[in-house]
Formats: sequence, structure tokens, C-alpha cells
Amino acid sequence: MFSGLNFVVVGGEALVVTGRNGAGKSSLLRLIAGLVHRSAGRLELSGGDAEATLPEQAHYLGHDDALKPSLSVGENLCFWAEFLGGARAAVRPALEAVGLAPLEDLPAAYLSAGQRRRLSIARLVAVKRPIWLLDEPTSALDTQSQGRLADMMDGHLSGGGMIVAAAHGPIGLDAPREMRLGPA
Amino acid sequence: MNALLALLIRDMRLAVRVGGGALMGALFFLIVVVMMPFAIGPDLNLLARIGPAILWLGALLASLLALDRLFVTDHEDGSLDLLMMGRMPLELAVAAKAIAHWLTTGLPLVIISPVLGLMLNVELRAMGVVALTLAAGTPALTFIGLVGAALSVALRRGGLLLAVLVLPLTIPVLIFGVAAANAAIVGPAPFGPPFTILCALSLASLVLGPVAAAAALRHGLE
Repeated sequence: MFSGLNFVVVGGEALVVTGRNGAGKSSLLRLIAGLVHRSAGRLELSGGDAEATLPEQAHYLGHDDALKPSLSVGENLCFWAEFLGGARAAVRPALEAVGLAPLEDLPAAYLSAGQRRRLSIARLVAVKRPIWLLDEPTSALDTQSQGRLADMMDGHLSGGGMIVAAAHGPIGLDAPREMRLGPA
Repeated sequence: MNALLALLIRDMRLAVRVGGGALMGALFFLIVVVMMPFAIGPDLNLLARIGPAILWLGALLASLLALDRLFVTDHEDGSLDLLMMGRMPLELAVAAKAIAHWLTTGLPLVIISPVLGLMLNVELRAMGVVALTLAAGTPALTFIGLVGAALSVALRRGGLLLAVLVLPLTIPVLIFGVAAANAAIVGPAPFGPPFTILCALSLASLVLGPVAAAAALRHGLE
């Protein structure tokens, strides 16, 4: 899939991966998340929690929103918060941060694509993890939500977090480093 | 531990809500058992003699019914990716899902089996024994089926493959389940040996099933 790929991301820095459709942006994120097997090469994390592996310290926001239509908005987020090692108390503030607090008791089946996206973004806020892997994070989001996401990402970076995002257009960060995947 | 409990509760909630398969297994079990007397005829002695076997076969098929959805829905909506990235070992997560599945589909079968026994003219004491063997044996069916569900997760129409893969593996459970029930009802063989083997099959699959299923999931998604 890739060869000759070499990059470093330090704390407080965002890397935006661009490239044509099928260039391997999503695969690169899945590789970092440990969801695709590496046939060669190295992936290292220095610092962080020595007890946990890299995927265990990362948030992965993929194409799919990992929501269950028959559970309510609150139940969906509560589950992921508890499963990923967060606290139930963080759920309400996270829903407020993405503007979904009034819909807490609504089944997720009734959400629009943008609202589903926002609910899965709430996961990033509900559970603190130093690495965010975002695959097209702004897809389906309106301008206001994109602004909220940009604020969240800024907050995450200023707290020393890292972001690796795959995107076609700007995702709202001020001056991210860019890496273009393509034929050598 | 919290994460394990959260996953267990979520899966049980999903099973009992709209679109979940909690009662489908029990309904299927009911239909299979109700149809048997129509096929075999109203010979009460015959029905009483083969009743335990019919109950076991019905429970076996019913417990496979919802298994194919066990990982497919999580795979389709991206949840499985996050389950694999969690701090909890995938083996434990898979086991939690299987336990939730058994509680929502296997346990109802055990509970309604004495009622269904009535339709097959199985006597009261015998119905208790059949329910006991089902309680001991259905976890084995779920945990063996778990491996099949993990293997067929990425396939379209994996349900058919699942049945073909899993049914042959459940034959020992069926043999010892029916043997234990018959031993208690008609004798002359003792109830103990087949029943303990049945328990052993459940315990072994409880340990091996999640390990094999987690390995299948890791391999299948790469």
C-alpha cells in the first residue's frame, strides 16, 4: 500500500493527510489505529502511558459513526464513554459541546447525517485521549458545527494532543502541516 | 470491569429493543415444537418418548437463529473497529457479547421449554430435567456459534455459511444433552455421566470460543 512513507507528529501538532481518492488516506489512519496489519515498517509512540498501546491511547473517527439506531443519543454516548474508560459524568458536557444536549433522549435512528457525525465527535470530548485520528471529520457538518469542531481541535492541540486527519479540503485548523499521499 | 458491564448491558438493550432478536428465537422454538405433533400424529406415547429430543433440536436451531447478527451489525456501523481498539482484550469483549446473547436468546428457550413440553406430552418431572439439560447445554451452543459468527462477519449472506459451519460442531452437545434427558426420564443409564460431559462441553467452549472468535475477527478484518 505505502512505501517510503516517513513522518513525525509531535504533541500539539496536527498533520493533515491529503491525496486523491484511493491514495490510502483512510488506510493510513486505520494502520495507525492498529486496525490494519503492517507488513513492514515501524510505528512508534514516545511518551504517553507506558502501560497502553498506541491504539489504546487514540480516538478513531472513521467513516462510520459507530451508533446504534435503537439506542437514544445519551445511551449511545454513555456506552462509548464507559467502554473507552471515561466517566458517565462527562457525557452531558460532551453532548452540550456538540449541541445535541436537547436531543439526549431521542433514538439515534431519528438523527440526520450531520447530527450523527456530531454525536460521534462528542466521543472525542467525553473521553480524554492524546491522539485523535480523524477520517474526513467535517463530512456532513454545517458551518456552525465545523466551527465547533475547529474549536475542539484547537483545544485538544493546545493541551498537547496530536491530530492526524485525512481530508480533501480545509478542516478548520489554522496552519496544519500537510502531507500529500500520491505516486512517488 | 466497567467496560465489560457497559458492553453487556448495551447488547442486552439492543436485543430487546426494536429490531433486536431476543424473542425471535423463542418464537421459532415455539413454532417448531407446535408443528411436530402435526407431522408425527397424535400418538401420545410416541410424543412423550421423543419429546426431549424434539425440544433439544428445536432449541439448537432456535439458538442459531440470531447468531449471524452478533458481529455483523457492529461491523457495518463501525463499532467493531472501536471494540478492537479498546483497552479491554478483544477476547473479553467477545465473551461479553456472547453472554449478552445467551441471556437474551438462550435463557428464554430454557424458560419456555417446560411449557412447550406440555404439547409433547412430556411429564412434569421430565420437563424439569429437559430444562436443566438445556440450561447446561445452550451456553455451549452460543459459544460454539460465536466462532462461526466471527468467521462469517465480513461475508454477505454469512448466515447460511454460519449454519453449515456451526451445526456439525454442535453434534456432541446434542448427543449428550438428549442422552442426559433420556437417562433421567426412561433410564436405565445413569443421568450423571452424560450431564457432566454436557457441563464440560459448555465450560470448554466458554474458554475456547472467545479466544477463537477474537482470533477470527482480528484475522478477518485485516
